[in-house]
Order: sequence, then C-alpha cells, then structure tokens
Amino acid sequence: MPSDELVALKTKAEQRNRANRICVCTAASCQSVGADRVHKAFEAEVNKSQREEQVEVRAVGCMGLCSAGPLVRIENDETAVLYRNVTEQDASALAQSIGRAPVERLICPTDVPFFTRQHKIVLANCGQIHPERIEDYVAVGGYEALYRAITEMTPGEVLADVKASGLRGRGGAGYPTGLKWQTVAKSPDPVKYVVCNADEGDPGAFMDRSVLESDPHRVLEGMAIAAYAVGANLGYVYVRAEYPLAISRLRLAIRQAKAANLLGQNVAGTRFEFSVDIRLGAGAFVCGEETALLLSIEGRRGQPRPRPPYPAERGLFGRATLINNVETYANIATIVDRGGASYASIGTERSKGTKVFALAGQVKNTGLIEVPMGISLREIVEDMGGGVPAGGRIKAVQTGGPSGGCIPNEHLDMPVDYDSLQQVGSIMGSGGMIVMDESSNMVEVARYFMEFSMSESCGKCVPCRVGTYQMHQILSRMLSGCAGPGDLSMLEELTRAVGETSLCGLGQSAPNPIKSTLRYYRSEYEEALRKSRPSMPLAEEGVR
Amino acid sequence: MCPQTVRNEAPSDDKRWKIINATMRRNGDDSHALIETLHSVQETFGYLDDVALSYVAKSLRTPLSRVYGVATFYHFFTLKPQGEHSCVVCTGTACHIKGAQALLSAIKGSFGVAPGETTADNKLSVISARCIGSCGLAPAVVIDGNVMGNLSPQTLVARVEREIG
Amino acid sequence: MTSPTRVVTLRIDDREVSAREDETILQVARDNEIFIPTLCCLEGLSTWGACRLCLVEVSGSNKLLAACATRVAQDLEVKTNTPRILAYRRTILELLFSERNHVCSVCVANGECELQNLAQRCGVDHIRVSYRYPELSLDLSNDLFRLDPNRCILCTRCVRVCDEIEGAHTWDVMGRGIDCQVITDLKAPWGESKSCTSCGKCVHVCPTGALSQRGTAIAEVHHHRDFLPYLTQMRGERD
Repeated sequence: MPSDELVALKTKAEQRNRANRICVCTAASCQSVGADRVHKAFEAEVNKSQREEQVEVRAVGCMGLCSAGPLVRIENDETAVLYRNVTEQDASALAQSIGRAPVERLICPTDVPFFTRQHKIVLANCGQIHPERIEDYVAVGGYEALYRAITEMTPGEVLADVKASGLRGRGGAGYPTGLKWQTVAKSPDPVKYVVCNADEGDPGAFMDRSVLESDPHRVLEGMAIAAYAVGANLGYVYVRAEYPLAISRLRLAIRQAKAANLLGQNVAGTRFEFSVDIRLGAGAFVCGEETALLLSIEGRRGQPRPRPPYPAERGLFGRATLINNVETYANIATIVDRGGASYASIGTERSKGTKVFALAGQVKNTGLIEVPMGISLREIVEDMGGGVPAGGRIKAVQTGGPSGGCIPNEHLDMPVDYDSLQQVGSIMGSGGMIVMDESSNMVEVARYFMEFSMSESCGKCVPCRVGTYQMHQILSRMLSGCAGPGDLSMLEELTRAVGETSLCGLGQSAPNPIKSTLRYYRSEYEEALRKSRPSMPLAEEGVR
Repeated sequence: MCPQTVRNEAPSDDKRWKIINATMRRNGDDSHALIETLHSVQETFGYLDDVALSYVAKSLRTPLSRVYGVATFYHFFTLKPQGEHSCVVCTGTACHIKGAQALLSAIKGSFGVAPGETTADNKLSVISARCIGSCGLAPAVVIDGNVMGNLSPQTLVARVEREIG
Repeated sequence: MTSPTRVVTLRIDDREVSAREDETILQVARDNEIFIPTLCCLEGLSTWGACRLCLVEVSGSNKLLAACATRVAQDLEVKTNTPRILAYRRTILELLFSERNHVCSVCVANGECELQNLAQRCGVDHIRVSYRYPELSLDLSNDLFRLDPNRCILCTRCVRVCDEIEGAHTWDVMGRGIDCQVITDLKAPWGESKSCTSCGKCVHVCPTGALSQRGTAIAEVHHHRDFLPYLTQMRGERD
C-alpha cells in the first residue's frame, strides 16, 4: 500500500511526461561551459516548433563526463543518444533530429569503458531526473524506501539491514556505518541529532557537490531513514558555502519534501517526525572532522576536541549525534530497498558496495564515476579515464587528497578498496582521484599538499600548527635549492611526530603525502638535496 | 540572567539591518546563530566591519572576542571591503597540476595583486580558492560569479581586462 | 548521580596504582608523583588537550592518548616514558620554541616559565628546526598588565580562565593555524577593552612571560595560582 503522498506525486510526474526528452546537464561543471544557454536555446527551439506536447526540455544533474560538457541526452522510451560539447548553435539541429537520424558529429559514444564499467547506485538518478522536482524523484521510486521503513519495519530491522550491507563511511576513514548507527540508536539520550557532512573540502573532490546538485532528495531520504533507525527527530546538513547551487537545490528539496509531507511532523501520516535544516560552512577544511563540524554548527570556531566522548555519545549541543557524509546517506535508500545482503554482494570482502570518484588531473576523461569496490586502479585511470592525454605515461595517482598519498604506476593493478589503499600508503578518502604524468615533481606535489594542510590547520594543537609549518619550510627549501644536509632526516622525524601526536585526523594524516612520496620517490628528494647550497646554516641553532 | 525582550537598536537606519535581524530571529537569537548571521552580514554588506561585528555580538549575547575569533577563523569571511570585480583562482589539486600558479603569477604580473589583495583603484579583488569543484575543467577561475575553465594565463588576463574595463 | 564512584586499579610505568574511575590518567599520575609534562592543562580549568605534551602509551590503543583527556579504567597499562614518548616531547617543545621569539635571557618570566622548565627537564638543549622570527608587537595599552605575543604558546589558559572563572570572556583566539593570536574583544588594544575587569587572573595563569604585570623586570614574574582551585570549588558549591 503506497502512501497517498507518493501516489499524488507520481501522477504529477506522469502528467508532465512527454514522448521525447531533451536532457541538458546543468550541474556546475557543464554550467561553467554554457549549459544554461544551451538549455534556453533548446527551450526556444521546442517552443518555436510548437512541440511542447511531444518534447520536454529537462534540466538534469551531472552526467559524469565533465570534460565533454555541456552534455545533452536526447531520449524517448526506447532509445537515448548522448551528445558532447553542445553549443546553443547546435540546439536547432539536435532538436530537429528527434524522430530522425541522430547528429553524428556531436555524438558522444556511451559504449566505452567510461560508461560501461560503472555501477550506479548513488549516481543512479544523476543526469536522469530534474533535481528541482520532487515528483521526478518519486517517479523513479524515490521515498518508497523511507515509506516502507517507517510503516513496515522496526528501527531495529532498518539497522540490521544497514549492518548487513557492510557499508562503510564514505567520508574517508571507512568506519562501519551500521556500528555508528547502533551506538546512537542505543543511546538513552531523549534528544538525538542526525547530521550530514557535506563540507567536501578535499581539493580535487566534487562527488558530494554533484550528488546534492543532481539528486538532493536521495540524501534527504537517507537522512530520514537514519533518523528513524536511531530515534532522532532533527537533522542538519552542513554544506560548504562555496557550493551555492547545491545549497539552493537542497533548500528547495527540503521545502518540497515538507510540503509533500515526507519531512516534518507525521511523515506520510505516521507518527514519525523528522525535520532538516541547513548550516553553511565558511571555508575551513578542518570542519570535515566531526567534532569540529559540530562546533561549527553551534556557531563556534571549528577546532576539534579530543575523543572520546564520541559524537555518538555526546555530539551536537551535547546530545547523541549521528554524523555521516553525503555519499553514505545516498546509499541508504537503496540498501533498505533491496536489502542489506543484496548490497553486500557488490564489492570485496571488506569493502562493500560502490564508490564514487572524481577523476581529474592529467587524464583524458575527467568527471564523475561510480564503480564497484575492488575494481583495479588501472581500469579506472587507463580504461575509463583514457590515460594521459597525448599518450604520456601515468606517473602516479593521488587519492585521499591532503590526507592521502600518491600511488605509483607500478601499483596500478591493485584493487581499489579501503584496505588495499591503506597498504600502499594512501587512503580511500572522500573520492578525489588525481592523475599525474611524468611532468609532476613529487617534492612539489608534497609541498602543495603541505601548504594546504598548513593553512587549513586550525591552530589548536602544537604539532599540527607548528609541525605543518616546519615541514612546509623544509620542502620549500628543498625546492628552492637551499636545503641543509639535516633537512631530510628532520622532515622524516616531523612526519612521524605530527602523524602520531596531533589531536585530530587532519593533523594525524597531514604527513601522508610526504610519507607516500618519500616511500616511492625518495630519489627526487635526494636529488633536491644534492642540488641544494644552503645559504646559511638554518639547522642546529642553540636555545637562546 | 534576565531574558532579552527588546531588540538592540541597529547601528544605523540602513534598511538592510532588517535582513540581519531576520536571520538572527530565524535562528532563535542565540549564539549558535553566529556563523549564519555573519554569512547574512557579508552577503548583505559585502564584508564584516567592527560596527556589524559589535552589533551581532550584542544581539546574540556573544562575547566580542568570540565573534572576532569566529570571523577570522573561517576564510570565507572577509573583514575588508572587496573590489568591484572579483577573480577567484581555484588552487585545488587538479587546477594546481594544470597550472593554477601560472594563472596567479599572470594576474600578479598584469594587475599587481596577489590572492587576498585588491587593486589600489578598488576595481579588482583576487582570491584563491581551495577547490571550486570544477576539477574537470582545470584550471578554473570564477570571475564575478561566472566559472571559466581550461584557461591559459593569456586568456585569463585578457578576460579580466575586459571585465574591469 | 547517587551511584558511588568505583575505585579501579591500573599500572602506570609498571607501578600499580588505584584511582577513582572518573579521574584522568594525568590526575592519577600526579597523585602518585609520576611526571607527565603539560602546558595547556591547569587544574580548575576545562580540558583543552592541545599541547600534546601529556601523550602516553595506553594498552589497547595503538594511538597515543592525551593523559589530561583520558579517563582511567580497570587494568589499564600506561607508559609515560618510553623512548618514543620522550622523543616526541622534545620535538613538540622544539616546535614551540621555533614558533615565536622565546628569548629566555631577557624574559620577565625567566626562572618561572613552564616552557623553560620543561625544556630543561626534557633535555632540550638545542632546536633542530628553523626559527620563524615572527614580528609581533607588544600591547602596552593596559595600565596594569602587558601582553607580549612573542612569548605566547597559545595554551588558551587566559581565554579559559577569563570565560570560565571570571565570566568576562575578554580573551579569545583569532585567525587559524600558524597565524593564531590571542586577542581582547574585537582585537582592540587591551586597555580599551570594555569587557575586561582588570582582575588579573589571566596574568597569573599564563605559563610563560606572555602576560605579565607592568613594572615587572626580567626574571621578576611570580605567579599566584592558589586562587584557581579555591574559586572553582566555591563556585561549584554555588551551582
């Protein structure tokens, strides 16, 4: 028995449905190359030919292959053709091709590995539905999992499904999601919160932004299911202020869901109550750390505090709080829908399901992909990504951003999962994947990330505040040719000290880019030292 | 502590303070609303000055030093007025390895301003961003709110020159 | 609230000690005269956990834990002086010395400085990283006290005592990372602060010579801290 709310929305979507659809990607990347103008041109074209009854011009979210934007897909119920690098001048020819032969010169082949190797769960609706219409989301089965959970399942059964799915946190550390939920669910606290971390701060990562821009209701549904499972009635999405489009779409989605009685009091006529509010970040990477994020929601400086107590025991406003990131929540509806065991059949033994990656850097096909865990790194960067443009050689693949490491070419055949990545000295991270070719100087790469960690350090604990500064100093000296003989051993000592003594994850993982490049490209550091002529003895000064 | 019933008087009769008041009220006039309120002030007035910070502190019953601490902790907030035009150069990883530094040097060379600075004639503010999420288009720049990708130093300088006239 | 606090036994550096289960490792170590260095921690103020000097090895955790923020537990094995910990302590102290301009010979707190004392005790006789030599100016606007940010180690004791004990919250930290600084009000000169009550608590809790009474000359600082546990106790009874 589906709820009246969902039936009404489905009917609304059906009434709007047309035989043909022109789907224009209007996610941020395509927008920046003129997708808005293309969208308008198509609308004008359809309007001019008076075919509104047969053709819908639909603004959709991210289609994935950002490097070929603006992307447009022309489809009817049987076929779909994807077009690349579409300009407003192409609109007329493309619109006229409906019902006739496709426009060959603009076709973007979809039978290539970039598309065929993907396994879409989180991104299933991205590039398909109109992100600003709740009825589109409902028409493809949206909010059914929530409805089923709150009407047919106990919170314990939902929790059991999430545990059975084997889902691990997609924000970086990979903590088992089910265990986190269980801790919050068990807490006797009468007031609990559910928080969504959308403070995607890794430079080179834009997965969460794309999901929020392309399919915001999926995240809200995941949060609502989580709230039901752990017994919370209030939620916050903490999202970067730098993502205005994601923010406005999320705001709209919350309003729509409230109006459709899918958020708020008595959700879908049940006794379940859940409201969501948005809090804006303000440009601090450290706020991706959960205790810092919670302080930021409370209007404070985002400086992490020692754990325990964990947020699951004492979090937002001192209450039991569940924090997961965008991609984690985006998996939940599917897990409840298909069952935890079905989800667990995807991926590897210890890393279940799929992972979204933002593929960028010196690689032909840049964009957003979702692949099953366990796929090899080579498949991603060479087959799907198409390798280095103009046939260069891949030198390294960087994953995990400033907390991760560089994986050298000889390890490209490794499977991509939490444990394998850790073994080679990197981390899964939130999903940034940057391809580097032979032109990259690895000491420079390490300095780049250290500059990032240094200026994003909150300044609370000594090792991170001063240690990142000193490591950056040493790397800068190496690159400018004035490093001293003791600098390399001091650098190594600092990587250990900062990694082991810093207060939070940002500081503890800040040395990772140096550690991994030292491990695989030590000769580049030694080369930099050999070329150095220290102008003055900087090391070995006495205490004054 | 006696509850505050009357709203503090706005620093001036500028109508825009009503927007700030509305933000604070929506968030319960509580110190938790500090960051949301600072966003609102910056969106409304362009930057955060001492007058606004004092007013927000008083209205939200939050210590002045805490307000200043928060305003300077988050790099999204600026305490200085910005130029007429803004040029945000992304220095995320993808942009970095595809030449963001060259873009910054070109801007510095042509207009004499580094990230965080504004030209003397107040025409152009240059800002470096951590990652604007347009990695597929690296290197990317946002000029007056419009994202542009795949830029060379020459095209960027030409484009900025056109914008600031 | 009425359930009695249990007593647990644990081992610190192979010594068997007993403690109330709500105590931290640091408290128990101090009760038993086992040395663990600290700078940000001060009895009577909230836990900050930022100087990282009190890190100890604890059985069952592969991470080092801050003794000031970790509660004891039955059968816990704590190590406070392994080679790893001793080395990290020295490195952290070196980092602190490199950060600002700590010139002990001309400092008001010479001889009564916690940073200096720890450096001597932990065997820091030289530093291996480069000095930053930041240019920071003194705040001499207050008639009674002065702030010398060159000696500040950002332990935030002044911020906490002003907020938690005096209730004025004149102090806070501005900026972030290596650019952090303690400020009064909206970074106004201290003498112009409207919230400061000139109570002087911040001066007495400062571990170094960053905050001092005006008129104190080199090596003349003397801290009075007995007020802190007393005030904490008195205020606690009133709540």
